Amino acid sequence: MTWLRLALANLSLSPLTTAVNVLLMGLGTASIVLLLLAGVQLAETMSRDAKGIDLVVGAQGSPVQLVLSAVYHADVPPGNIKLNEAQRWADDSRVATAIPMSLGDSFRGFRIVGTTEAYVDLYDAQLGTGRIWSEPMEAVLGSAVAEAAAMGVGSTFAGAHGLVEGGHSHDAEPYRVVGVLAPTGTVIDRLVVTSLESVWELHDEEGAHDHDEDHAEEDHHEEDGSHEAEGHHDEDDHHHEEDHHEGEARHDEDGHHDEDGHHEEDHHHEEDHHHEEGHHEEEDHHDHEEDHHEHHADEDHGEGDDEHGHESDADHDAHVHDEDVEITALLLSYRSPLAATTLPLDINAAGALQAAAPAMEISRILQLVGVGMTALGAFAWVLVATAALSIFAALYGSLRARRGELAMLRCLGASRLELLLYLIVEGFLMSLLGVTLGFLAGHGMMELVGNWLASSRGVVMTGWLWAPTETLLLLGLFLVGVLSAIVPAIQAYRTDVARTLAEG
Amino acid sequence: MPEVADSETATKVIDIDALTFSYGTRKVVDLDQFQLTPGESIAVIGSSGCGKTTFLHLLAGLLKPATGSIRILGHDITKMSGAQLDRFRGEHMGMVFQRLFLMPALSVRQNIELAQRLARKPRDEARIDALLEQLGIAEFSHHKPRMLSQGQAQRVAIARALVHSPALVLADEPTSALDDEHAGQALTLLKESTAAVGAALLVVTHDGRVRGQLDHEFNMSPLS
Repeated sequence: MTWLRLALANLSLSPLTTAVNVLLMGLGTASIVLLLLAGVQLAETMSRDAKGIDLVVGAQGSPVQLVLSAVYHADVPPGNIKLNEAQRWADDSRVATAIPMSLGDSFRGFRIVGTTEAYVDLYDAQLGTGRIWSEPMEAVLGSAVAEAAAMGVGSTFAGAHGLVEGGHSHDAEPYRVVGVLAPTGTVIDRLVVTSLESVWELHDEEGAHDHDEDHAEEDHHEEDGSHEAEGHHDEDDHHHEEDHHEGEARHDEDGHHDEDGHHEEDHHHEEDHHHEEGHHEEEDHHDHEEDHHEHHADEDHGEGDDEHGHESDADHDAHVHDEDVEITALLLSYRSPLAATTLPLDINAAGALQAAAPAMEISRILQLVGVGMTALGAFAWVLVATAALSIFAALYGSLRARRGELAMLRCLGASRLELLLYLIVEGFLMSLLGVTLGFLAGHGMMELVGNWLASSRGVVMTGWLWAPTETLLLLGLFLVGVLSAIVPAIQAYRTDVARTLAEG
Repeated sequence: MPEVADSETATKVIDIDALTFSYGTRKVVDLDQFQLTPGESIAVIGSSGCGKTTFLHLLAGLLKPATGSIRILGHDITKMSGAQLDRFRGEHMGMVFQRLFLMPALSVRQNIELAQRLARKPRDEARIDALLEQLGIAEFSHHKPRMLSQGQAQRVAIARALVHSPALVLADEPTSALDDEHAGQALTLLKESTAAVGAALLVVTHDGRVRGQLDHEFNMSPLS
């Protein structure tokens, strides 16, 4: 206690030197802690969000982009794929579960995901309030979305075209919130989840009304690099409408009126599609909408009843939609680990689609990110080394001036070992202050960055976390502090009292 | 641990027998007998380089003699280990030097407290207050050494040397840097303070002003 008090008192003697040393150590420590926490949480978040997804099947392009868009919702998808082509792989015997996903719209920057209930189950998401959608244009909000938008069950909102804010709003077809999910700490917290049919229907509408606008928007997004995300909707619109026409056309060719009694209009649709590809007249569109609603109401009913597995969801989607219906991606899980060796190869070899394994892509992303983090980490350790050298210099430099004091301490009864301890305590205290400051600052910055990421990117990171490696880091930094003081401490230990006193 | 003192030698604070010390081949100290009893004071006077400071360091156990024994309170300190000497010195000796070596980071009171702690004595605030009062520095007890005059600082150093009630106070040139008035005051203070606690006082100095001020004088001459 004596030495601690004396060391503290000594540090207060030269506040500027102490402050500089503490700040240097604090800066280095904070940087290391921040990088450590970010790295740990990034890896954890990525793994958590990809849990249960062995393979993502989507349009050809960058596999990283496919995984980032379909699993993490952090990039634009490379394109769309035909549902029937995806279904071929969903039905593969090596696949345990298959969850279709259709992207295209967003709400206040939160993505609207058309999918099946299995997607909600994938993240073990529980309903906080309300229920799961049962009709098109019913939506369930992730917890972060509900909080950010201050919305709950019964609220309505219009999705915006595109995956980023600022897209054209689908005001004519608002979603109705029927449920809000409890927080899961996964990507679903920041998603709006609805049925596939909602997305299809909306873009069916959009195709009819806003084709030209879509093109304009496409051009706009092309500039900011999100061409594919926006562009594929237009195609989707066309295909979707065609699907319905074809479905209805078959019905009509049998010589029956469709249930809504729009036999003639349906023929118009067919013609429209063959010749105009999406440039439908408004009356055609209305028929589509009605037919489509009925069509999907049945489907949704079946979907709502299905609580027994993802495979049936996929099957369901497949048998409901026709061959040109498109989705953005299909999330697969393997029936057995052996599938990992063959299924991705088979899908990629088939040519039309691309298969990307999230685990592999995560590793690739983390490797890329890791290079930067390693460089930053090295810089942070340079700061720590500078701090250690600075502490060493401060202690060593003060030794000459303090030789008399140290000799006097020996005369007062202090042992050599106590002088050694005294200097080490002094160096350690500077490190302790710096490291404590650094840990507080590192965790504080992580919390701030986490809050910013949560609000701007929806990534869940927090400063209220103690990573296991932090304990090692703490011990390591304390050791650095002790080492920085060891040479001056040995000098103090060796103080020749008689000579020092004789020299005056 | 120090050997147990017998009753005869225990009555002597210092008891030196056939003490020699050399720096290399140069003999600096050669004393056949030297004794000091409790409450006595002695001035060891000699010119610079005569070996008087070396003699003081030998008494403090800071140097090891070439031959002979140094018994302090009956304990032969020449046979003690370094750690034992440190402890013994802290518990039984008080030291005052020409340069005071007060801890600049500590207040007057804390400087005195530190000596009490290092002597492994229980904290005794009353003893510190009494010393501060006795030495006329009570009003500066919370001041840092840099805020004190040389005379005030010297009193703090004396209080520090006496706070643990040592049996022996060793002073090295305590008056050399002081003017006549302050030199006289310092010497009187040292003598009265040590007498008050029954301690023996040994002052080594080349300052002629010390002559006749203490109970005994011992002249040291350089050895040829």
